Amino acid sequence: MSYVPNTDADRAAMLEAIGVRNAADLFRDVPEAVRFPELDLPAPVSELEVLRELKELSEYNVDLEHAPCFLGAGAYQHFVPSVVGHIISRSEFYTAYTPYQPEISQGTLQSIFEYQSMICALTGMDAANASHYDGATALAEAAVMAVNVGRGKRRRVVVSAAVHPEYRAVVRTYTQGAGLVICGDDGNPFDLEALVELMDADTACVIVQNPSFLGYVQEPSTLRTLAKAAHDTGALLVISADPISLGLFAPPSEYGADIACGEGQALGGGLNFGGPYLGYFACREQYVHKMAGRIVGQTVDQRGERGFVLTLSAREQHIRREKASSNICSNEALMALAAAVYLTALGKSGLRKVAELCYHKAHYAAQRLATLPGYELHGQGTFFHEFPLHCPRPVQEINDYLLNEWGIIGGYDLGRNYPELANVMLVCVTEVTTQDEIDTLVEALQDIEEAL
Amino acid sequence: MVKYAEDRRYMPSHEWAKLEGEEAVAGISDYAQDELSDVVYVELPAVGEEFAKGETFAVVESVKAASDVYMPMTGEILAVNTELEDSPQLVNEDPFGAGWFIRFRPSDPEEYQALLDAKAYEKHCQEEAERGG
Repeated sequence: MSYVPNTDADRAAMLEAIGVRNAADLFRDVPEAVRFPELDLPAPVSELEVLRELKELSEYNVDLEHAPCFLGAGAYQHFVPSVVGHIISRSEFYTAYTPYQPEISQGTLQSIFEYQSMICALTGMDAANASHYDGATALAEAAVMAVNVGRGKRRRVVVSAAVHPEYRAVVRTYTQGAGLVICGDDGNPFDLEALVELMDADTACVIVQNPSFLGYVQEPSTLRTLAKAAHDTGALLVISADPISLGLFAPPSEYGADIACGEGQALGGGLNFGGPYLGYFACREQYVHKMAGRIVGQTVDQRGERGFVLTLSAREQHIRREKASSNICSNEALMALAAAVYLTALGKSGLRKVAELCYHKAHYAAQRLATLPGYELHGQGTFFHEFPLHCPRPVQEINDYLLNEWGIIGGYDLGRNYPELANVMLVCVTEVTTQDEIDTLVEALQDIEEAL
Repeated sequence: MVKYAEDRRYMPSHEWAKLEGEEAVAGISDYAQDELSDVVYVELPAVGEEFAKGETFAVVESVKAASDVYMPMTGEILAVNTELEDSPQLVNEDPFGAGWFIRFRPSDPEEYQALLDAKAYEKHCQEEAERGG
């Protein structure tokens, strides 16, 4: 049976219409010599042999099951309870796309509604959407939303230099052509208060990451000052927050945030070679009509029974057309489900426990590492599960040695994004990191000084 | 039966304006609310904002559309109908009364004369309906 729908007669008609004799004529622009090159392929092998070969190749990869990992910088290794994989692998969930029809999608809609409710509980915000692609696009949507809250009249977006460098790049890419001025991130990443000076009547929002990209938890008093300065000029405070940290530290609502968003990968998502990830997004009720993306709402059906529907859809592109403020009509439903199952499995105290373990282990690591000659913590303050560590030599050199000689994945080289932070490594420690692994890292770093 | 109140004037884009001394009130017509069907949300401007005639000053969302609402006369917003926040259905129930959108101070009262009177507006609506909206 042929799977190509057009017949020989169809093809002949099409070729005639465009004035060529046969399909090969379409490739005349490709030089004859390279048109059909001899491919140097090995002889065919059996499935068993292919599997063996691929398995062998895959073993060249370094994976987290075998290598202790101190790399975070926006993607975090956390324990994922097996129930998460089981639930999201149910075909009712993993095959479902955006649930337009409430008549047949109550299960999916309810799971999204519960996810939204949990994001609200975590951030202290009034309403959450069904999610965005990842933390970076969620932040870009926050900037766009803030501009729309200002009716497009406020064109300035003030961003802290301690926001993830890739998120800042995405905000710029996302808003290019919109005539926005994105500023503030050429300043000192440790000086949040300096942003107050940058806010004026043209400012739509100020964006802060908490804990910062450098690992530090921002002072609540500073954040409140920033919130007040923003609100006094009619701008919004946007917070990008690691969701696990919210198990331990104050939610964005407590220090005046208007929009809270961030990367939800840490919530049962695993690292997955970089995706799919999850952008969570929540805001205060007064701005809900400006929020992008799908929102699932709870309602009652004709018989008065609880049900779920997509709600406030007049915000969206299929109704608002060219006047829509965002073209996001979809979400990361499967990853949102993973987050909801993860949070449900852990519960309130479980999430706090995970956050506490991250915090205490990271502090144990910082304390041990800072005792090494030439190593010290860069900056000061409370940090969560990551901290900048000043090293006696280039971070890349250390990381190569750690990986090749000790099988350890080192931390993030902050010099890549912050020239003033050359030789500063962002070390990440989560609840999955063992004391033994931390002690081994200390030992390995001592070894480097002797070896190099 | 769609009503065309005679004590005010209209824009072809279905907003009405009614003069009250130095001030004016604006909203959308009965014909407009009927076309939109159930209004679920009205986004109103801030008091003190100024709009030129024809500029978008509000957005009305119904179950089937989101539409910009245009300023019938140049002016400064003096008050907005905050009742619409919780009761957007007032726009459907009483578009010429409790469903008003804004109270504003026209900078050029002469602009009022350029708007359509009830008869001309009714004719305009009938033509629009015949053309299929």
